[in-house]
Amino acid sequence: MEFNKLEIENLLEQVTDPEIPVISIRDLGILRDVKVDNNQVEVDITPTYTGCPAMSVIKQDISQVLNDAGVENVAVNLVIKPAWTTDWMTEDGKRKLREYGIAPPDPSSKVVPCPRCGSEHTELVSLFGSTACKSLYKCLDCKEPFDHFKCH
Amino acid sequence: MENQLFNYIIQHADNCLILSHRLSEWCGHGPVLEQDIAMTNISLDLLGQARMLYDYAAKVQGEGKTEDDLAYLRDAWDFKNVQLVEMPNGDFGQTIMRQFLFDTFNVTFYRELMEVSNDAELIAIADKSLKEAQYHLKWSSEWMLRLGQGTEESHTRLQNAANLLMPYANEVVIPSEADKVAAETGYGVDLNNVKAERDQLIKEVITECELDASLDGFSHTGGKTGTHTEHLGYVLAEMQFLQRAYPGLEW
Ligand SMILES: [Zn+2]
Repeated sequence: MEFNKLEIENLLEQVTDPEIPVISIRDLGILRDVKVDNNQVEVDITPTYTGCPAMSVIKQDISQVLNDAGVENVAVNLVIKPAWTTDWMTEDGKRKLREYGIAPPDPSSKVVPCPRCGSEHTELVSLFGSTACKSLYKCLDCKEPFDHFKCH
Repeated sequence: MENQLFNYIIQHADNCLILSHRLSEWCGHGPVLEQDIAMTNISLDLLGQARMLYDYAAKVQGEGKTEDDLAYLRDAWDFKNVQLVEMPNGDFGQTIMRQFLFDTFNVTFYRELMEVSNDAELIAIADKSLKEAQYHLKWSSEWMLRLGQGTEESHTRLQNAANLLMPYANEVVIPSEADKVAAETGYGVDLNNVKAERDQLIKEVITECELDASLDGFSHTGGKTGTHTEHLGYVLAEMQFLQRAYPGLEW
């Protein structure tokens, strides 16, 4: 079977961040390039944080999804330049994060609105959260704690 | 002939790895959950930085080795990290002081490296690592202020940490042979420039914390040429045990 670039990109929509399964690698901005040459596919991805343990899982998942679809030769390259930034996250990705309960990055705003009740009355609890990409907040209105996907 | 580019990369890779290991020792022992998580997150970032550097060092070395070989199969005298990063965690104040003294260097080093290096790979690694290092410095500076301006007890603990660690603060900005060659050849930084910026960052916080600590005193050296404190051997014994006991073991 032969695939074009768009078809490969559509297949890769199934590959999500293993720690935030609602958001695809394209939404996250870590899918950098797809090169198709006959039945040979090369996928470039970039790490969010240098020590992110999800990268090796994502690499495997990409190969798995493409192999399952009938692409035999898949190479996944890890590129570090240019360095990933949350500016590459899609608007759709940000919406999905919010619906999942994680406040998305917004470099234009000083406040981090609560993803649960929308209140802007929130407070930073800790600079570091459950994964490298998140910090921990609490909402002073609905009283719930929540993760914030840090601007990076 | 010594491969000075390899030595140059290894110096900083070892700094990142050894400090990463030290911070990982806090896992499950932090004073509060959020700070336990903070220290292990920083540990993970530093491990990531070390991995990129080892990966590049292995390529430069050209002996077919991997990042794992460099981390797990070298002995203490092959490690070129500064002695600061191998110092024990001590209490939380000592860990914060050590982290602050490292972060101020890490930030200014990467920033300078990005600007002046003629080595595309080193520029990319510095660019990727800088934002992480800046975030670490934000954390350690905030804790310096909180402890330094906190209670009499927290201030005393931080002062004790300064007494212990200030003699280890300058080694990282004293040029080794590898540093000199790096600056002359153009792939590395001029450590005098890094030192000027770094010292400024340290002095501001030291002053605000009202600590009695100076960067002009005696400085230990030796780490960059493989002379270490007694502590490094213990770190390596724990970190390397599995690969030494079961060579080639994989998860
Ligand atoms: Zn709320």
